[in-house]
Amino acid sequence: MSTQILSGTDVTEVTDVAIVGAGPVGLFAVFECGMLQLRCHVIDALPALGGQCVALYPEKPIYDIPAAPELTASELIARLQQQIAPFRPRFHLDQQVTELQRRDDAWELTTSRGTRIRARAVMVAAGVGAFGPNRPPLPGIEQYEGRCVHYLVAERERFRGQRLVIAGGGDSAVDWAIALADIAAEIHVIHRREQFRAAPETSARLHELAAKGKIQLVIPYQLAGLEGDGERLAAVVVKTLKGETRRIAADHLLAFFGLASKLGPINDWGLGAHNGVIPVDPSTGATSLPGVFAIGDIAGYPRKLKLILTGFAEAAHAAHAAHAVVHPDRALHFEHSTAAGVPIRES
Amino acid sequence: MPVVNFVTTSGEILALAAENGRSIMEVAKANDLPMLAACGGALACATCHVIVDEDWYDRLDPPSEDEEDLLDTAHGLTPTSRLCCQIRVSDALDGIRVTLTPMD
Repeated sequence: MSTQILSGTDVTEVTDVAIVGAGPVGLFAVFECGMLQLRCHVIDALPALGGQCVALYPEKPIYDIPAAPELTASELIARLQQQIAPFRPRFHLDQQVTELQRRDDAWELTTSRGTRIRARAVMVAAGVGAFGPNRPPLPGIEQYEGRCVHYLVAERERFRGQRLVIAGGGDSAVDWAIALADIAAEIHVIHRREQFRAAPETSARLHELAAKGKIQLVIPYQLAGLEGDGERLAAVVVKTLKGETRRIAADHLLAFFGLASKLGPINDWGLGAHNGVIPVDPSTGATSLPGVFAIGDIAGYPRKLKLILTGFAEAAHAAHAAHAVVHPDRALHFEHSTAAGVPIRES
Repeated sequence: MPVVNFVTTSGEILALAAENGRSIMEVAKANDLPMLAACGGALACATCHVIVDEDWYDRLDPPSEDEEDLLDTAHGLTPTSRLCCQIRVSDALDGIRVTLTPMD
């Protein structure tokens, strides 16, 4: 049963445990909590589950998950989703937790979308931080984002008749340059070297279009700056490693540099985060804030190993410790999954 | 034991002892230097990006295609940029100097 507190037009979700991060460890924490009848809401900055697994290496094989000789990162996430499904966790995706505040005897989390979640226990399973587009460090770039600077293409029609600068050397940059070649007025592709990281056929197509003059390849250049009035872009400045610059008049910049992660707000929650690590008690995952635990890559203690399997074990420890926080007056009756199966709550 | 010289973003030089066989990234993390190294050395990100001193760059084994692909996504690249998880400490690299890049 999902409880909500309604106050005017604001809705605060209420649950037992709020989990920050839907990577493999955050997901498995739902299982460990569920085995102790603790309900969970999970928040993640990405629009999909999987954390580093899907952001950095979805197709890469992983060999060190116990009992799984080989599986891809995305297969691991799919299996974890299956494992936690009986506990019906609630997910809040495509949003980042911005605030963590104490409210009476619980924690209240607020996200970048205004979602509010109240829980007596919090598990920070944030890995290496929230993933977002790898933003080129060009002064003033944020003011153009969403209007003239883009990290993905939602609607191709938007770029009809427009002058585009596409930056990046991988599949996304190459695929979109080809796909938009007939729609855009002009396309300049900026890359730092001759070789593109794309399938041979698509690379060939790109060079074919360049030979026909339908796109311009600007190599070996990197993004150096933006020119505009703060609302509309006028030009993109690019530079070689030797310092030669070119100014390319443009209406839109499409930057395809993959994903990057940032701890951001977590650094401000009083958890003692240092160089991306929150110090915890290794036996419980407890941080310096009562009821707040850290598990997975973000949790630190002497001789910590940053392995997924370590995070799985940390999730189990934290769930047991969280039980006492969520139900201080209730005994923890633990049964191995082999004895009683997976406890599913009605409603 | 070889020494790796790290130049921080504020210009400070730290001479750190480094065991042969460790990657420069591992040396940095073991000494709590500001480096994200998000993927832990798996060649799946570009957050261990360092700028190798010109005198040392050519002494390194050239980057693999995978490393070049990831360097494509790093910002502030220079002609001597490398991902330091791919550089292994050895006696031949004793005294190598690398400059850290901003973490954010």
